[in-house]
Amino acid sequence: MDETILDAFRQNGLSRRAFLKFCAATASLLALPPAAAAAMAEKLASTPRPTVIYLSYQECTGCLESMTRSFSPTIEHLMFNSISLAFNDTLQAAAGEAAEAARKEAMRKAWGKYILIVDGAVPMGAGGAYCVAAGQSAVDDLRHAAQGAAAIIAVGTCAAFGGVPYAAPNPTGAVPVSEVIRDRPIINVSGCPPIPEVMTGVVVYYLSFGMPALDRQGRPLTFYGNTIHDRCYRRPFYDEGRFAHTFDDEGARNGWCLYELGCKGPVTYNACATLKWNQGTSFPIQSGHGCLGCSEPDFWDKGGFYRPLPAATGHWPRGEVLGGAALGGTVVGVGAAALARSRQQAAAAKSAKEVSSPSPKEDSHEH
Amino acid sequence: MSTETDLLDFARGPALEAALIILVFGIFWRLVGVLALRRPRDLSEPRVRHAWLGGVRTIFTRMWPRREFRPRILHWEMVSYVFHIGLAVVILGLVPHILLIRDITGLSWPGLPTGVITFAAGVALISLLALLAHRATHPVLRRISNFDDYFSWLLVFTPLLTGLMAYYHLGGRYEDLLAMHMLSAELLLAWLPFSKLAHTVLFLFSRGVTGTIYSRRGAQI
Repeated sequence: MDETILDAFRQNGLSRRAFLKFCAATASLLALPPAAAAAMAEKLASTPRPTVIYLSYQECTGCLESMTRSFSPTIEHLMFNSISLAFNDTLQAAAGEAAEAARKEAMRKAWGKYILIVDGAVPMGAGGAYCVAAGQSAVDDLRHAAQGAAAIIAVGTCAAFGGVPYAAPNPTGAVPVSEVIRDRPIINVSGCPPIPEVMTGVVVYYLSFGMPALDRQGRPLTFYGNTIHDRCYRRPFYDEGRFAHTFDDEGARNGWCLYELGCKGPVTYNACATLKWNQGTSFPIQSGHGCLGCSEPDFWDKGGFYRPLPAATGHWPRGEVLGGAALGGTVVGVGAAALARSRQQAAAAKSAKEVSSPSPKEDSHEH
Repeated sequence: MSTETDLLDFARGPALEAALIILVFGIFWRLVGVLALRRPRDLSEPRVRHAWLGGVRTIFTRMWPRREFRPRILHWEMVSYVFHIGLAVVILGLVPHILLIRDITGLSWPGLPTGVITFAAGVALISLLALLAHRATHPVLRRISNFDDYFSWLLVFTPLLTGLMAYYHLGGRYEDLLAMHMLSAELLLAWLPFSKLAHTVLFLFSRGVTGTIYSRRGAQI
């Protein structure tokens, strides 16, 4: 019989009490009701440790860097107790053909059941030649690996929405995972990088309860159900109309709202304002910088990080364009007035002519 | 890649640019077109030395109904004032609006707390509804109203409503409502010069010119 997650806990010298604590903490992290912790414990106690294949394509390893800093559940906890991480080319000791052989074997054994974590966008340009490992392009590799996956977790904005490689002019033809794979359930865990606890929390949720409820961008509602703005501790300053105008003015020193400095919190769905980073220490806005909106699609091409949200996007020359419109309107206005004047003149001339020489018909009518 | 955020990007980008171009183009067209029209020469002796001062005075005297009309229309005039003041507070007092104006014109001023804006928007919406009901039920006003009146009313009402809905996340996600709000406001900007809403700009000139003509003839209106 396959080793269950509870078995893995016991093998690592951890008690059943520690296992229940882990479940309670994770349920709490996921904002689940207390009863869910018991359901999670029951499920995980009987669930075989699932095989996880972690594939990296067009990415910067920032997502994995972030994930390794998860504090609850920790990445070690996940790897040693909850999942069987069969392949991750950054974390594993094996390299080259040995690593590839290990991956193929793990995929063969768990075909149809493993969880596929994808990190990075997939370049489609030049036949996929921009990202090739072990003689196989990323797109072919992903298509093959996805066939045997029970579910795919697209980790990071690059995998979820294309991210930085997808940004204009997108020279490699990068696309998100969802544009390559359409017949497998995909959970998007966006962010540049995503919050560590969100990544590990989603894995544990999936193991416990299956697919989480997703928003229309395919992200778990548990973590992406609210905007940064709505949960921001600086929100009262927005409502009071107190804003920082520059990064070193009185407003900035007093910790007022960063909306005027380009904060994208109002249109960014993520858990930064509640879970925070580095064991709940802080998050960008708390550190004095506006939200970049990194968990949203196309965040790189939204008109500038420091341009306020209501400001016009695009870099069209305001003065020239609107001045040209004013000039065009003036020309048309003068033309319209000239036309009206000529009609007035024609009507006046006709009227004067009729007065000086009334027609016989009109003359007879008047009489 | 996402149609939802694409809609907001469209509203903040090409749609805003197009609306502003149409607004500026249309206002200059209407204004220059009206000001450059031929006016009949007044051959009479001017009764006052600076007739234009009478024009300036008329701009202000027309802001309040004359004594003989007050019993009949003063209360509706008050409702209209409430609406216009509420709308002005919303447009000129909300910080996101100020930031947009600053982005386009370079002009900026301090904003108001959102509670004040919400109150002003609510008052403006209620007074707009009252004015619509008055227009639809008053026997004379109903007969002289046309498509322009009702469509202009709708284009003023919709951005107010969607703006409030966006702020309170009522009826959808914030970015969708914000996109709807911006697109409806942009439609309003594009429609403004070619409709009765052009009074936003033209009222100064129509009152001024009328006041000047009558002042020249020695009449005060």
